[in-house]
Amino acid sequence: MNKIRHHLTDSLLMSYSAGTLPEGFSLVVATHVSMCDDCRARMTEFDAVGGELMMQSGDADLSDDSLAATLALIAAGDSSDLGATKTKPRAKGVFPTPLQDYVGGDAEAVKWRRVGGGVRQMILKTGKGSSVRLLYIPGGAAVPDHGHRGTELTLVLQGAFKDDTDRFDVGDIEIATEDLEHTPVAEEGQACICLAATDAPLRFNSLVPRIAQPFLRI
Amino acid sequence: MTFRHYDGGGQATKSIGRTAIVVTAGKTDRKDWVDEIAAIRDRQDQAAFAALFRHFAPRVKAFLMKSGARPDMAEECTQDVMATIWRKAALFDPTRASVSTWIFTIARNRQIDMIRKERRPEPEELTWGPEAEPDQDDALGLAQDTERLGQALAALPEKQRKLIERAFYGDLSHSEIAAETGLPLGTIKSRIRLALERLRHTMK
Repeated sequence: MNKIRHHLTDSLLMSYSAGTLPEGFSLVVATHVSMCDDCRARMTEFDAVGGELMMQSGDADLSDDSLAATLALIAAGDSSDLGATKTKPRAKGVFPTPLQDYVGGDAEAVKWRRVGGGVRQMILKTGKGSSVRLLYIPGGAAVPDHGHRGTELTLVLQGAFKDDTDRFDVGDIEIATEDLEHTPVAEEGQACICLAATDAPLRFNSLVPRIAQPFLRI
Repeated sequence: MTFRHYDGGGQATKSIGRTAIVVTAGKTDRKDWVDEIAAIRDRQDQAAFAALFRHFAPRVKAFLMKSGARPDMAEECTQDVMATIWRKAALFDPTRASVSTWIFTIARNRQIDMIRKERRPEPEELTWGPEAEPDQDDALGLAQDTERLGQALAALPEKQRKLIERAFYGDLSHSEIAAETGLPLGTIKSRIRLALERLRHTMK
């Protein structure tokens, strides 16, 4: 794999460790960390901060039968909750495991919808506070020029794109804040597939996409 | 060893001996609880679990309440977290996380699932390299790194400490954290040396 040059910020990693990010952002972070050992190591540090903070949170009074109730829970052997932190096997293919869990498979399982200019997308179902989608941008094509009201995270899964700021290759993440108005263009050749999440609706600068915005749901 | 604790009013107080301490060969080390997890994994040892429970459950519940959970919900979630520790004891790997870090990640994930009712996307697991046996030195190094991190956190000036608490208790959004210049990230970062070079990552 190529060397990843664009990484997660401390604030995103810290919020992910704290468990306070909106679900769509958590999905982008988990997917990037699956591809980036550097950010995985930094995430581990923040997890350790959370653990130490928990150890220094003081002691709450437990209910009188707390231990007995827990042992009963164990004896009942209800393992329906094991999914939350179970060890995940390595994914095979373009998409890391956390993303495959949301798509229901790898790249070939994506249910693309056309959004104009050859660009396709699939919106992934997540909780409130953010929206997340997969974008398919043919080689040489552009995503409509847009600004942001909140933060937009864009993670490259296949191919590469360029915008006014830099070039983004597989594994790279672009973190765009309010002041960035950019036009990502996929590099010639292989189509670029990205995972993009926003915590506020995008804002397009030309009339046609603005009219289309409610239909694109972006 | 002195740990800083916070009472309900948010005042910093220092207390001694609230965290279990074992004294070995004249050197004070925080108990790492790795043996208890192994006893649960190997023998379903209820006494080891009870000791672990007495130490961790009040802290898990306090953390959940400070993160905004009602007492009854925090109690239910804490019992679930502790039961999850029993069930997942075989998955604990002391070269990847200390026991306190591991329990924190379980508590965080159960909180998102049970209280926030959302999914928690987790990174895929890495597989170990050719020498698959967890290395004792790596585990010891990680435990010591984590202990030092805890000491650094406890020693932070209250203002900085409060910012970290607000981030972890959910009072600061990621953009508020990004805009915050007083976070002592230099103090808390890069204290955990994970043996990442031993991890084999072959994703194309």
